[in-house]
Amino acid sequence: MASVAATGSAEAKASMAPRRDGVEWPLAGPLGLAYTAFFAAPLLLLFAISFYDDSDLTRITGSQWVKFFSDPFYLSVIGRTLQLGAVTVLATTVLSFPLALVFCASRPSVQKLLLLIIIMPLLTSVVVRTFAWIVILAREGVINQAILTLGLSATPLPLLQTEFGLVLALTQIEMPLMLLPLITVMRAIDPNVVDASRALGASRWRTFFQVILPLSLPGWVAGATLVFASSVTAFISQSVIGGGRLVFLPSVIWQQSMVVYNWPFAAVAAVTLLVTVLTGICLLAALSVRLAGR
Amino acid sequence: MARRSTPAEVSYKLVIGGLAGLAIAILVGPILVVLITSLTTAPSLKFPPPGLSFKWYEALFDPIRSRHIHVAASNTLWVAVGATLLVTLLGVAAAIGISGKRGVAARALENGFLGPLVLPTLAYGFAALMFFSLLGFRPSLPLLVIGHAVVIAPFVFRTTMASLTQLDPSLLESSASLGAGRFTTFRRITLPLIAPGIAAGAFLSFIASIDNVPVSLFLSNARTDMLPIRLWGMMESTLDVRVAAASGVLIASVVVLVVVMERLVGLSRRM
Repeated sequence: MASVAATGSAEAKASMAPRRDGVEWPLAGPLGLAYTAFFAAPLLLLFAISFYDDSDLTRITGSQWVKFFSDPFYLSVIGRTLQLGAVTVLATTVLSFPLALVFCASRPSVQKLLLLIIIMPLLTSVVVRTFAWIVILAREGVINQAILTLGLSATPLPLLQTEFGLVLALTQIEMPLMLLPLITVMRAIDPNVVDASRALGASRWRTFFQVILPLSLPGWVAGATLVFASSVTAFISQSVIGGGRLVFLPSVIWQQSMVVYNWPFAAVAAVTLLVTVLTGICLLAALSVRLAGR
Repeated sequence: MARRSTPAEVSYKLVIGGLAGLAIAILVGPILVVLITSLTTAPSLKFPPPGLSFKWYEALFDPIRSRHIHVAASNTLWVAVGATLLVTLLGVAAAIGISGKRGVAARALENGFLGPLVLPTLAYGFAALMFFSLLGFRPSLPLLVIGHAVVIAPFVFRTTMASLTQLDPSLLESSASLGAGRFTTFRRITLPLIAPGIAAGAFLSFIASIDNVPVSLFLSNARTDMLPIRLWGMMESTLDVRVAAASGVLIASVVVLVVVMERLVGLSRRM
């Protein structure tokens, strides 16, 4: 940019003018206005409504907040929702690191194939992927047929409506969100660093834990953020595979708003979900800053 | 690098290879299972199917028996087309207006426009329902277009921003120094170079709208039924095998579209 400015051409100067630090509002303004009207405003309204007392929105007392946070059932729902997010992050991490390592060690043609294998499920409807797990986990499903055929159990195991079944399904549904940022970061690691570690006598395990893992952490943080946010709010998977026995925050929002029609109480649950996700994101961001500063 | 097979070497290869294999099986297995199940002759989801046929696809495409599914599918398609056109226009303009700017406002806008990617859209769906109800609107397809637009805009915005970042500034400078105005430079230089990024982003936005559950859950009703919501209803009540056939159609469409987009704009590099 400096070299062009040095030529002193009037046209060049005119064209450089908009490349300053200010936002070009005629271009960014329309989406900004649309987001203010249809994204920020509804979220502010959600926050405001949570403080109303009744469904007719007449009295502001904040009593629904008291009701929500003094009920042990809803406290356990928050805990269970957080736990689901954490366990899904853990499961996707354990599977994504090895696949990303294999990806980076593969030939370009194999990489192309693997990338399609990762992207395909991501772009397939969540409803379809949830449905797939019903076929797999049901009493007459793939896993139970295999167990009965092999004689591992005399009766079909209950897999639907269990935490295990739900985490397994969510692992498949969310894994691409972990893999894509992880692969992007791992690809950028200088192969000389890895070779140096090996040449200096470090085993493959030691090279992984002391060289590759620390260098991949920014990608992991990005992936973990997406997986956590997505699994915590995966209403369809939670309700279809978790069933009525396992209640999470999204189904409380759904029940209270569309079945019971208690909007203020549903708003409390929705704000709690928002805050839960934001807290998770902030913790992960803080972690990445600390790791980067090491 | 030739090395002796130490126990560490062997265990590393076994564990990493095993887990990577498991990851691939978990990623692909369910999709294959659905495709096979959709071809069953049985009225249940028993796996493996007792026989293969296209009878559930015939039932799915039957205009009378599956009328409600067809209405939901056409609603879903129209909302996706409308919302994608809207966010492509607004998202590309916004990306150009922000890209390369370092001010506080630019950062705030960028984070705001990417917000729906990580914020729970379910909470937003419910918020949008209350917002539109209190303003006196009844559920309709235009409201769904607005609701979808908010949550799918980040995809096209993000890929366009990424393409603009990779743009060589010296190209724009040469164009300007050769006397081209800002608009000519945009039309002749910038737009052709960022077009693949825009196309990839518009495609991702479109798919996100087709698959959207959290917003449709709250903004659609019996009259403006959407496909994912109807399929969810069918899954919750009776396990209708037409859900497997509908899944088969959706999977096949995604496979075809992804392969085409990969050829045309290198989709996987832009995700």
